[in-house]
Amino acid sequence: MEIVIINYGAGNIQSIKFAIQRLGYEAILSETVEEIQNADKVIFPGVGEASSAMSKLRLSGLDKIVPQLKQPVLGICLGMQLMCNSSEEGNTKGLRIFDLDVVKFPKSVKVPQIGWNEISSLKSDLFTAIPEKSHIYLVHSYYAPLGDETIAESEYALSYSAALQKDNFYGTQFHPEKSSVIGERILQNFLEL
Amino acid sequence: MLTKRIIPCLDIKNGRTVKGINFVDLRDAGDPVELAEIYAREGADELVFLDISATEERRKTLANLVYHVAEKVNIPFTVGGGISSVEDVDILLQNGADKVSINSSAVKRPELIDELVAKFGSQCIVVAIDAKQIDGIWKVHLVGGKVPTEIDLFEWAKEVEERGAGEILFTSMDHDGTKGGFANEALAKLSSLINIPVIASGGAGAISHFTDTFTHGKADAALAASIFHFKEIEIKDLKEELKKEGIPIRL
Repeated sequence: MEIVIINYGAGNIQSIKFAIQRLGYEAILSETVEEIQNADKVIFPGVGEASSAMSKLRLSGLDKIVPQLKQPVLGICLGMQLMCNSSEEGNTKGLRIFDLDVVKFPKSVKVPQIGWNEISSLKSDLFTAIPEKSHIYLVHSYYAPLGDETIAESEYALSYSAALQKDNFYGTQFHPEKSSVIGERILQNFLEL
Repeated sequence: MLTKRIIPCLDIKNGRTVKGINFVDLRDAGDPVELAEIYAREGADELVFLDISATEERRKTLANLVYHVAEKVNIPFTVGGGISSVEDVDILLQNGADKVSINSSAVKRPELIDELVAKFGSQCIVVAIDAKQIDGIWKVHLVGGKVPTEIDLFEWAKEVEERGAGEILFTSMDHDGTKGGFANEALAKLSSLINIPVIASGGAGAISHFTDTFTHGKADAALAASIFHFKEIEIKDLKEELKKEGIPIRL
């Protein structure tokens, strides 16, 4: 199986590569359109700031490629947020895969949210064998609200999307690669789709 | 609900753990990777590696260590100690660190925080602050708490937040090593003044100290070293007890 982690200069992709290795698979880092298009599974990572990550995507033309992919694609953290319509962070237009607008957490809670929170109302085969209220690790200041594409919810000041799915596109706000055995199982579920 | 985090801290010198450790299941007591794996298995929510080496090769050794930890460990970890430039941070993040913590270098040149946040984002920049009370006023200290400054802890914490840091790791030099509990009054004041997470450090000696720092101290996370290394408190027992006390905890 060819697993490609899109390498567009946004964030800690080494951890994702290692997590996949621990599951007994190998992933390659790539920014090449052909390699990405021909992969069996594509992981779209992202850490950092939305508008600069989006400019990097545009610069390499990947903003046009990613929404056209046919194989399972998993956006992680900022990767998931960029797959939405827009982000309030830096007034960024997104890839418009998920029909949601990413906004900032209210000031009633500490921002960023850092740490382990619960996921519930789990839908989709991404969560096979994952119990309700499992803990996952998150670091984020912006969130995608709930919508038709929500496949996991979490709560921080309000209920928001911890994961999204539309057709072959999946996104997790949390970091499966850093979410202990629960996260590893979710990654494995994705790789076995 | 977001849970409170328990964070073991490992002191690292020349790529090896420093403090004495008596884990029976540890093959090599000085191997930080092996210790990190054990902590992760036992339920640690996060790890901090504090590098205290002062050699020429320290950068390379630390980057190498970070790489091996990231390879094996499935929970987030922060790396601190001697970080003073964008390049330092870049190397550590590229090798797999989730966050870096800066301390003296930020006090000496606060713009470093802005530069790191602009390049890497708030979420991976932790500012560590060592402070102790002098005549009733909390003053920031440098070089592992050895060198006093005239900077007020709370003023500095506010500036750190304004410059975009994602988190504050506050160590009370008055409490560190005493095993008498965390600096809960100062911690609660920090949490009321700033709106980013605060990690409590210094003074852990008993399970009740963690309960107190999460309730009275309003801390978001608590860090400790020796009580975990010497197995005075098992992480599993600690977390079960906190859960019983009604504190949100990941088991």
